Amino acid sequence: MKKNQTELIREISGVNPLKCMKCGKCSASCPSYDEMDIKPHQFVSYVLRDDIEALANSKSLWKCLSCFACVERCPRNVEPAKLIDAARQLVIRQRGTEEGLSPDEIPALLDEDMPQQLLVSAFRRYRR
Amino acid sequence: MNYSYYPGCTLRTKAKALDVYARRSAEALGFTLEEIEDWQCCGGVYPMGSDEIATKLSSVRALCAAREKGQPVVTLCSACHHVLKRVNDDMKNVPKIRDAANAYMGEEVPYTGETEVLHFLEVLRDKVGFDTLAGKVKNPLTGRKIGAYYGCLLLRPGQVMGFDDPENPKIIEDFIRAIGAEPVTYGMRNECCGGYISLREGETAKKMSDSIMENAADQGAEMLVTACPLCMYNLNKSEKLPVYYFTELLAEALGVKEAAEA
Repeated sequence: MKKNQTELIREISGVNPLKCMKCGKCSASCPSYDEMDIKPHQFVSYVLRDDIEALANSKSLWKCLSCFACVERCPRNVEPAKLIDAARQLVIRQRGTEEGLSPDEIPALLDEDMPQQLLVSAFRRYRR
Repeated sequence: MNYSYYPGCTLRTKAKALDVYARRSAEALGFTLEEIEDWQCCGGVYPMGSDEIATKLSSVRALCAAREKGQPVVTLCSACHHVLKRVNDDMKNVPKIRDAANAYMGEEVPYTGETEVLHFLEVLRDKVGFDTLAGKVKNPLTGRKIGAYYGCLLLRPGQVMGFDDPENPKIIEDFIRAIGAEPVTYGMRNECCGGYISLREGETAKKMSDSIMENAADQGAEMLVTACPLCMYNLNKSEKLPVYYFTELLAEALGVKEAAEA
């Protein structure tokens, strides 16, 4: 079972975690570093250890901003944002969206200036 | 030359200014933005998963429509530009995505990334030319100290976006110079504004916008320009400096601002 989860993450992300040389540039670049329990450079180790359970329960999945700083700066093309996104996809596909963003929450969050782009992006990231 | 134009959801609603000033400025510069018929929302965030196909199809449809007319597709919103550019790259270079998307689409001729995707700023730099633009300026914005805010989506990943040097961009600074103003360079111009996290974590996003604003103000900027409605929204929470869409300043410099507002 665990093996399958790891394979799925590798397949969805297209990332080979063995290429990582643990330079930490991704975590140093990440604007959400302080908000993350598992840091971008640590994602690789969890995938290598087949510990997908921990990744699936990590709040980091919901903190990534898709800013692509780690993708840009990774000297080994491991690009941790892809692993984080694949883990997020796995959670959404397997557990559904009950933990994600609900349309019922939206009216209370709206303000006069809020662009549609924000809602569209948030739904794509937080709900399938 | 005319272009197929993909406005995106927000340019029809909260970011109308980004759209109307661009259309009017384009006319003043001698080209027309021809809106793609029945375009659909790009989804705002590029779907990174290698097996995510359906979420890429709205972009593929827009790209096919532009191919039909033999035109490059032009975007204004940073997010639309990012999604369309990357999906186009997938259609060109990633056989697994290309084949699956084409199987869904059922186009007579499969789409293989033929359409050129250009941001409006790239049209100004690469098609019009900043020197030609400078020659058409009627009201140079002399003395205005403007900080370029790039954010993430236009620049990264540089290898696919090909917009500018992702770590030390200068296209918006060159644009600011072309309209007669003074660009103010500051380190955080390509840092994230917080993006969609501001929906539920306003404080976290505001901290990020505050540091960008402070950095720009410390370097002497009196205002910022952006191409992204979400950056605009997040930066405005900081209230330190006024933020404008780059197209508004362009229309002003070309002397068509009032005409665009009419």
